[in-house]
Amino acid sequence: MGEKRVGRNTIIFSQPPAIVATATTVGKKEGEGPLAKYFDQVIQDSLYGESTWEKAESKMLLESVQRVLQKANYTFDQIHFMFSGDLLNQLTASSFAAREIPVPFYGLFGACSTFTEGLALGGMAVDGGFAQRVLVGASSHYQTAERQFRYPTELGVQKPPTAQRTVTAAGVVILESDGPGPYLTAATIGRVIDMGINDPMDMGSAMAPAAVHTIIQHFQDTGRKPDYYDLIVTGDLASVGKNLAEDLLKKEGYDVTDRYTDCGILIYKPDADTQAGGSGCGCSAAVFCSYFYPLLQEGKYRRLLLVSTGALMSPTTYQQGETIPAIAHAVAVERDYPEEMG
Amino acid sequence: MGKLTREQEVYKRWANARKPKPPLLRNVLAAFLVGGLICTLGQAVLNYFISLGMNAKEAGGPTAAVMILLGALLTGLGVYDRIGRFAGAGSVIPITGFANSIVAPALEFKREGYVMGVGARMFNIAGPVLVYGMTTAWLVGLFYWLIHK
Repeated sequence: MGEKRVGRNTIIFSQPPAIVATATTVGKKEGEGPLAKYFDQVIQDSLYGESTWEKAESKMLLESVQRVLQKANYTFDQIHFMFSGDLLNQLTASSFAAREIPVPFYGLFGACSTFTEGLALGGMAVDGGFAQRVLVGASSHYQTAERQFRYPTELGVQKPPTAQRTVTAAGVVILESDGPGPYLTAATIGRVIDMGINDPMDMGSAMAPAAVHTIIQHFQDTGRKPDYYDLIVTGDLASVGKNLAEDLLKKEGYDVTDRYTDCGILIYKPDADTQAGGSGCGCSAAVFCSYFYPLLQEGKYRRLLLVSTGALMSPTTYQQGETIPAIAHAVAVERDYPEEMG
Repeated sequence: MGKLTREQEVYKRWANARKPKPPLLRNVLAAFLVGGLICTLGQAVLNYFISLGMNAKEAGGPTAAVMILLGALLTGLGVYDRIGRFAGAGSVIPITGFANSIVAPALEFKREGYVMGVGARMFNIAGPVLVYGMTTAWLVGLFYWLIHK
């Protein structure tokens, strides 16, 4: 105990787990966005041949799991744990998909921060020697989220420019104790931050302070500066939250403007549907798995800090006038196996 | 959560000041245009019923029925949400918008069954409008009765 931890919130993996394969399934609108050519599969119908959207979301996750196993040439028997989460009540998208996946299963809820929450936990399981190989996944679906959190999908309402569209996507990775990189080298676990925003149509403003807190904590814990990373990527702050995060970081003395982007901005062409950009567990999962993962493999980026961000409210809490607590978890992903630890 | 702390107040004010504002002029024009078109269409339907020999009062009922049918149909075809995204209040306020607010949840929750889905949730959106609309009508009626007594 001791050498794997630095500072208050950060873990430095002593034997960094390798991300050996990724797979993604996304919806039609995501498949028409700027990252279209990177996804493994684009579904054309939001029901994906099922009778409900909830079933469709589970199927997207299940098929991504099957695809990632195929890519890495593994069977279910060789996977020791699966960590996965989504936005639906009682995590049904993940656990219903896991009915078909004979692997010890952890369901995670971190709202849209689930993907990096899973990577951090999966990394700990592998680096701690509790598992040789784990699956980490996350999913979200526009229609399932919309009907649970907001309005029926056919209701004719105008969204404010701060609103975000829940991404229809599932992204899955396999973490393994050894293998070719990129490697998961560090994780900074965020704490819950509530800065008093209560508008569920403005999650970017609610989540930006949590992202900033985690990023600064990461720099303080590790002694790194922003230029240690080629790119810092937040999960789904979208255009509103990203601007706030940039300014908050600058105020604290960390200028990241030349190396900072956000998955919620990357995934869509801006229009009246998407407003500020994408959100949802699947947003950072799909963008990392499809777009950044191969860029890390190729060496276009050598070090990347992925910070998935989650707004932890429910329809009940915001109807009761509660403000929106938020969380962000950061993981460092590096192309090369770090030579010197600590 | 109770009152905001000073730190929260400061952040909220700062973040709100930097929020992109809705394009007010564009939204108002779109609402005017689409709302006006829906009302013009309603007037045309009304005129048609009048041309069949009804008086203006008699023609009101069937006109409302036609407009509700149209709103419901466009909701079912997946068009009304797009109109709404563009027109905002312009397509919410007319009776077609009222139809949309009932048909949209009815469609949405059909998968939870006809009783607990459609039946229980059909008035999710329209319910508050009905409750407070009727309450207001009742209050106005009461005042009218008191004044004219």
